[in-house]
Amino acid sequence: MMGKNDTPLELSAVGATGAAGANAVGNMPPISKYDNVSPRHNMSVRIASLVMRGVVYLGAIVATAVLLLIVGYILINGVPYITPSLFEWEYTSENVSLMPALIDTVLMAACSLIIAVPIGVGSAVYLVEYAPRGSRFVRIVRITTETLQGIPSIIYGLFGMLFFVTALHWGLSLLSGACTLAIMILPTIMRTTEEALLAVPDSYREGGFGLGAGRLRTVMRCVMPSAAPGITSGIILALGRCVGEVAALLFTAGTIAQIPNFVGQGAFAFLDSCRTLAVHMYVLASEGLHMNETYATAVVLLVVVTVLNLAANVAIKKLRKD
Amino acid sequence: MNDNGAAVLPSKTEPSRTELDSLVSLEIEQELDSAFSKMEVNNLNLYYGEFHALKDVSLSFPKNEVTALIGPSGCGKSTLLKTLNRMNDLVVGCRVDGKITLDGEDAYRDISVNDLRRRVGMVFQQPNPFPMSVYDNIAFGPRTHGIKKHADLDEIVEQSLRRAAIWDELKDRLKKSALGLSGGQQQRLCIARALAVQPEVLLLDESTSALDPISTAKIEELVSELKNDYTVIMVTHNMMQALRVSDKTAFFLLGDMVEFGNTDELFTNPVDPRTADYVSGRFG
Repeated sequence: MMGKNDTPLELSAVGATGAAGANAVGNMPPISKYDNVSPRHNMSVRIASLVMRGVVYLGAIVATAVLLLIVGYILINGVPYITPSLFEWEYTSENVSLMPALIDTVLMAACSLIIAVPIGVGSAVYLVEYAPRGSRFVRIVRITTETLQGIPSIIYGLFGMLFFVTALHWGLSLLSGACTLAIMILPTIMRTTEEALLAVPDSYREGGFGLGAGRLRTVMRCVMPSAAPGITSGIILALGRCVGEVAALLFTAGTIAQIPNFVGQGAFAFLDSCRTLAVHMYVLASEGLHMNETYATAVVLLVVVTVLNLAANVAIKKLRKD
Repeated sequence: MNDNGAAVLPSKTEPSRTELDSLVSLEIEQELDSAFSKMEVNNLNLYYGEFHALKDVSLSFPKNEVTALIGPSGCGKSTLLKTLNRMNDLVVGCRVDGKITLDGEDAYRDISVNDLRRRVGMVFQQPNPFPMSVYDNIAFGPRTHGIKKHADLDEIVEQSLRRAAIWDELKDRLKKSALGLSGGQQQRLCIARALAVQPEVLLLDESTSALDPISTAKIEELVSELKNDYTVIMVTHNMMQALRVSDKTAFFLLGDMVEFGNTDELFTNPVDPRTADYVSGRFG
C-alpha cells in the first residue's frame, strides 16, 4: 500500500525539482568556490574545537575543585571542634557559643526580608505591570537599581550608621542592621522580580483582561503564579547576602553576642545590638584566640546556607508544579 | 420600506395619519434595526502613533450571525477586532476616533471596560490557557465577576465545556493542569473559558491558525453552532474558512474596508475589483 502511494508522490516531487533545477541551471553557473578550500581548513577547525573543549573542561574542573577545596578545608578544620559547649544559650569568652549569633542571624535575615520583599516585589510589579511600557521613569528606576546593585556593602553600612544609628538615634541595633540590609538587598529583589515578571508571556495578561478582569486580579492570579519561582529564587539570593554580610552590619548592628531580649523589653528589643554568624566569625577570627571554634562556626554557617538553599529549591519546585 | 409606506398611504388616509404612520414605521424600523445588529461601528479611525491603521470604517455586525473579517496581513482586521472589546487600550500610543456601540450603548463611554470585555469575549490566535487546572481556567471569569458558590461554579464549568464541545474529553481531568492539553483542546478550552462569563459577542482572532486541520474543523463546526446563541466576529487568513463558516464578510485592505456583504455574494460576485483579486487568490 505504502509503496503504491509513495511512487506517484516521489515522481511528482522529482518532476517539480527537475523543472525548477533546469530553470536555475540555465541561468547560473554552479558555485565552484568550494573546490579551492585548502585541506588545512578542516585541520584547523578540528584543532580549534579541541582547544576550546579543553578550555571549557578545565574551567569546569577548576571551579569545582576550588569549591571542594574550600569546603573540605573548613570541614577538616572545623568538624572536630564542634562541641556541645559551642551551642550553649549564653555567650561567654570561655565557651564562645555561637547560639546567640545563630538566632541573631535568623532574626536579622527575617527582619530585612520582611522590610525588603514587599517593597522590592511591589515596585517591580509597578514597573512591569502598571507603569506605561517603555516610559522614561521606568528606565531611570532601572538604571538606578542596577547602579545600587553594584555598590559595595561597606557604603551601605556607612549610610546606615549615619542615618539609622546616628540621625534616627536607633543606635547599633537589630533594627538599624535590618533596615540597612533591607536597602542593600532591595535592588536584587527588584531586578529578579522584574525579570521574572517580564518572562511571563503577555498572552496570560491578555487572557485575564479579555475576560473582564481588572489589572489587580490579572496580575495576582494570571501573572504572579508563573513568576513565583523566579521571584522566590531572587529572594533566596537576597537571603544569602543577608546571611553572609559583615561589613554593613559592623557599622549598624554592632558586635554584642546576645539574643535581643523580647521577653523583657518587648518591641524595644529591636534596639538591642546583635551579632550574626558572619560577624561572629569575623570577630573571633580577628581576635585570633579561638581559631578552632572559628572553623567550627564556619561549618555551622555552611550548613545553615546549604539548608536554606535546599529548602528554597524544594519551594521553587513545588511552586513550579502547581 | 418607509418611503413606500409614505407614498402609498396618503391616497387612502388623511395627511395627519400619514405623518403619524410614517413616524411609527420609522420607529419600528429602528427597533428592528437594533434588534438585528448587535454591534455597530461608525466612522472609526484608529492610529498607532502616527500610523493610520483604520480609515473611516463603518459596519454593523448582525445578531446571531458569523461575520468574517478578511484581508492581507497588516490590513487592520485584527486591529478592528481588538477595538471592539477595547483590548487596544493596552497598546501604548493607540488612539481611537469614532463610535462603537453594543446594543446601542457606546462601548467607550456608557459601558465600563471590564463589563464590555465580559459581554464581548475574545479568543486569541495562540491558545493561552492560564497555568492552572482546567476547572480553574473556566472558573476564572465567573469568579472575577462575583460568582463564589461551588455549586454554581461547577454548573458553569460543565455548561461552558459542553458548549465548547469538549466536556467529554475533559470531564475526567478537570483538576489537571490545562497546559498538558493538546493545542486544539487548549483552544476549545479557551473558547469555553470565554463562554463561561456569558458573553453576548464572541471575537475570534485567527483562532485556528495555530491548529492542525482536524482541530480547525472541530472549531469551525463549533462556531457554526455557537452563532445560535452568540454573535460571532472572526478574523481569518483562511478564505475557505470564511466561506465555510461566516454569513457576512468584510474585506479590508491597508486600513480601508473595501467591501462588506453576504459571504456568498462577496466571494462569488464581488463589487470591487480589489476584492475580486483577493478572493480569487491573485494576491494576499
